[in-house]
Amino acid sequence: MYSKKVLDHFQNPRNRGQIKNPDGIGKVGNIVCGDVMYLYIKIAKNKKNQPIIKDIKFQTLGCAAAIANSSIITELAKNKTVNQALKINKSTIVKSLGGLPPIKIHCSLLAIDAFAQAVYDYLSKSNQKIPEKLIKIHQRIEKEQSLNL
Amino acid sequence: MIYLDYASTTPIDPIIIKHLSSYFSNFANTSSLHQSGQKAKKILEKNRKNIAKFIKADPSEIIFTSSATESNNTVLKGIAFANKNKGNHIIISSIEHDCILNSADWLKTQGFKITKIPVDKFGRVNPSDVKKSITKKTILVSIMHANNEIGTIEPIEEIGKICCKLNIYFHTDASQTFGKIPINVKKMNIDLLTASSHKVYGPKGIALLYIKKGTNITPLLHGGGHENTLRSSTVNLPLVSAFAKTATIRHSELVSESQRLFKLRHHLIKNILKKIPNSHLNGHLKFSLPNIASFRFDNVEGESILLKLDQLGIAVSTGSACSSNNLKPSHVLLACGLKPSQTHGSIRISFGRWTTKKEINYLIKVLPKIIKDLRRLSPF
Repeated sequence: MYSKKVLDHFQNPRNRGQIKNPDGIGKVGNIVCGDVMYLYIKIAKNKKNQPIIKDIKFQTLGCAAAIANSSIITELAKNKTVNQALKINKSTIVKSLGGLPPIKIHCSLLAIDAFAQAVYDYLSKSNQKIPEKLIKIHQRIEKEQSLNL
Repeated sequence: MIYLDYASTTPIDPIIIKHLSSYFSNFANTSSLHQSGQKAKKILEKNRKNIAKFIKADPSEIIFTSSATESNNTVLKGIAFANKNKGNHIIISSIEHDCILNSADWLKTQGFKITKIPVDKFGRVNPSDVKKSITKKTILVSIMHANNEIGTIEPIEEIGKICCKLNIYFHTDASQTFGKIPINVKKMNIDLLTASSHKVYGPKGIALLYIKKGTNITPLLHGGGHENTLRSSTVNLPLVSAFAKTATIRHSELVSESQRLFKLRHHLIKNILKKIPNSHLNGHLKFSLPNIASFRFDNVEGESILLKLDQLGIAVSTGSACSSNNLKPSHVLLACGLKPSQTHGSIRISFGRWTTKKEINYLIKVLPKIIKDLRRLSPF
């Protein structure tokens, strides 16, 4: 049911663990499947003085798809500028994983949410302007999580 | 491969495989009047007689079907429609197999009322709950003999007594128990019973339904009137022969095998609970099938455990259904009072005739590290 790529990321997750003093943390959970995902990011500036994802790590409690999605998003986002990384979407992830069973597609949405939340956290902590899109995602997740409680 | 998923299906007994081609050589239609047909009919009735005695039934009370799902559908729909002039109320437990639950749900759309009896934290039905739920409109009580996910054995003898006294049909789905623990339909006051071949080392595609003499039931399949008009379809004699043969072998070693498996189960439970912190047994330590042990591990997800074990060549199943085509938490574990978040970390180990202590010891050796690794990945 899972592609070789998914199983590889599940068996050998990249960038797992925590970052000490991260610049942003994204914590999301999905009550349907019971998956919980934490993403940590460390920001630096590139030569053009744009913020980039210098380091990114994850901690996930979940099924193989949830773990593989967490792993691949860290790989896709690492060393990209924040703006480039925010463009990672469901189809990028699913393609990079060599496909996902339809019922597990929501796991990639969870990974995207976790990353968006981490960037939101970084921007708000560093008093920067937060794009409208991120505010909307943040509000939706806050609402979903309050419903879960 | 170390196969520890016997509750989902079992390998076919090599003795059965050896006999299969001879079973298939009896191809004639058991309804035909010519000599081959009559010979086939004779073999069929001999097999029926053989298998009936294992549950202390009369041969005329056994019909062969294609699966436990078909048997269970026949019971729920067949009793409901044949007895709707008497009432429209059916009682089942909340931990039945999907083929009972979904048949009951469908009957709801046809005007029948369904009561689902709760279970305690071990998955046991309380017979007095059944008694309390019975109304003047109740026509059928269906409670499984043992649960397929957690192995808990239900007090069906007591439930049978209650139903018998009130003259209500009592059915039990014995898919997981037939050939593993003794069944006596007379002593247990069972009116209808389901058993399947592929759970006891026989081929898939053949099962039985015991229907007590005098039971008012409508068939699911109408046609040429086979199986005492209760299940039309040309009888699949080769598979009936295989089913009867495996049932005979199972019953010849029932006591010794169940004792051996119970010891294995105890050994497994003791070691897993000792070696893995924050691990729990789902189900009952004592009132259980000898060959099923369902475990729950805090802060780990069942499917991840399954896949890690699979990589090491060990086949198990998740207790929760977050595996293939269903994300919903297991209805059995929820009924036992677990929260959805608790149900997700479950796996079911089920073993049988060819499971060795060495294999169980290998599982005991590798599982603690798998749980530890997955917990290291988790934020909790």
